Amino acid sequence: MKYETQAIAKWYWFAALALFAVQVLMGLIAGYVYVQPNFLSELLPFNILRMLHSNALIVWLLLGFFGAAYYIIPEEAEREIHSPAIAYFQLILLVVGTLGAVLTYMFNLFDGNPILGKQGREFLEQPLWVKLGIVVAALAFLYNITFTVLAGRKTAITNVLLLGLWGIAIFFLFGLYNPANLVLDKIYWWWVVHLWVEGVWELVMASVLAFIMLKLTGVDREVIEKWLYVIVATSLFTGVLGTGHHYYWIGAPGYWTWIGSIFSSLEVIPFFAMVVFTFMMVWKGKRNHPNKAALLWALGCSTLAFFGAGVWGFMHTLHPINYYTHGTQVTAAHGHLAFFGAYVSLNLAIMTYAFPSIFRINPYNQIANMVSFWMMSSAMAFMTFVLTFAGAVQTHLQRVMGMSFMEVQDQLALFYWMRFGAGVAVVVGALIFIYATIGPRKEATGLEGAALSPAE
Amino acid sequence: MSELLTKSAARNIFYGGSLFFFAIFVGLVAHTHIYARTVSTDESKLTVAVANGKHQWERHACINCHTILGEGAYFAPELGNVWLRYGGDKDPKVAREALKAWMLNQPTGIPGRRQMPKFAFTEKELDDLISFLEWSSTIKTNNWPPNNAG
Repeated sequence: MKYETQAIAKWYWFAALALFAVQVLMGLIAGYVYVQPNFLSELLPFNILRMLHSNALIVWLLLGFFGAAYYIIPEEAEREIHSPAIAYFQLILLVVGTLGAVLTYMFNLFDGNPILGKQGREFLEQPLWVKLGIVVAALAFLYNITFTVLAGRKTAITNVLLLGLWGIAIFFLFGLYNPANLVLDKIYWWWVVHLWVEGVWELVMASVLAFIMLKLTGVDREVIEKWLYVIVATSLFTGVLGTGHHYYWIGAPGYWTWIGSIFSSLEVIPFFAMVVFTFMMVWKGKRNHPNKAALLWALGCSTLAFFGAGVWGFMHTLHPINYYTHGTQVTAAHGHLAFFGAYVSLNLAIMTYAFPSIFRINPYNQIANMVSFWMMSSAMAFMTFVLTFAGAVQTHLQRVMGMSFMEVQDQLALFYWMRFGAGVAVVVGALIFIYATIGPRKEATGLEGAALSPAE
Repeated sequence: MSELLTKSAARNIFYGGSLFFFAIFVGLVAHTHIYARTVSTDESKLTVAVANGKHQWERHACINCHTILGEGAYFAPELGNVWLRYGGDKDPKVAREALKAWMLNQPTGIPGRRQMPKFAFTEKELDDLISFLEWSSTIKTNNWPPNNAG
């Protein structure tokens, strides 16, 4: 860590990891309700559990991104963050909003109140006051990092990261528009959801991976930054019109079936490019960086994102296939591995890389960290496989044979049990990760023998 | 990567190309917006009751168990066509009463069966919610879902 304000990241990541624990725990309980449906059914019904699971995920990933930006930007721009006070104010705002949302969901506070009560559009359930708080936090953040970058050195990494973060804030605004016409509602709802995860979030992902590669492999900046622009170009060229794969069956014109099929099939390209990029850089790099766990997470990130987002996305994106699989467990399978591979792993990679440098010690607890990688990754892969099988069976019975939804669900019990088992392993893996990164620290003395290289 | 492509060329392709594709996207969505208001839905039937029904749908976070037009959670049945599944196109009165009775009887408490929470609906809210589901069943969705099961 060369700049004092990089340590701001630490506080964002502490909050992120706390919410990560909440997220996986809520997922585990929801997975248990799938097999024991009477569990908590009156105290904490499934819809509330799922809101907590998905909202905690989104917020902790964003906190992770903000932390990553506060860590990366001083080093890239070669100057301190414009205003640390604003950065902490932003974090407090986000934590208060998160707690407010959680309490509102759990106790159904201010039911039906247009400002204080929950707003039940999927993933955008936050009460209006929380949404506006997020907007204020985003503005504070953008002001802070934009001024830091403008006053300092401009690199491709900061350019792309900044563009991604601006995009996140701008597209979030569409979440405030909720027309009474359900079709219009859905069209613009996807401007938040799709243009985030298959658009601007990919810019954040690619730039953070580029930063990690720069530090871990020591490959020339020129080479890495050229790759970065090529990768993010393929992301947006395919991902923006790829939104069409969400417009097949929601009352949009028929031409989206073609545009969506073609462009979203190509969405696999940026993910494949990120795999090639990360492995090529490691292969070409001469630096033997002591933080092996960070390298494992970075390579795992691009690989699992390629399978989860790329391959599993392609599997059901062509419209003649999607006609039958839309809204089945196939979608759930894809969603789980895509988020874990692309964005969870990304955050855990940058945290694993940066925490030792923030604490100013050598990489520590590396074995436990790597154990958590293999546990979580294999469990998520297993979860994805069983949900895919469940989805295939569901598609056939329900969409082809016309059996009723609940009858079909009864046939899938075995798969849901296996998914619950995988969930247990994910939770244990997540707790090991949290312990390994922010628990008691045992430095990697003797493991590599090398102190931090000069470039960190 | 090949020397043919310089970093600044890659950067220009990224910015220029992204703007190009985004402009096409915005144009197509503008057309889709008009299409949604005039072709795929019937806004003349989008009454205050339907709009309030949608509000009820959101207020109780129905989408975090059910799907509507295939989007939502996958824990409970698709509701975009529930009106048709209950025969609302043939006998709207019977369908409305049946849907009301169903919702008022939740949760069933039957062991081993997924439970729908008890929601505190007034008579009017319940009616509006059903009007919203009725209206949603008329959206032209490129013939999705493939069958009545949703």
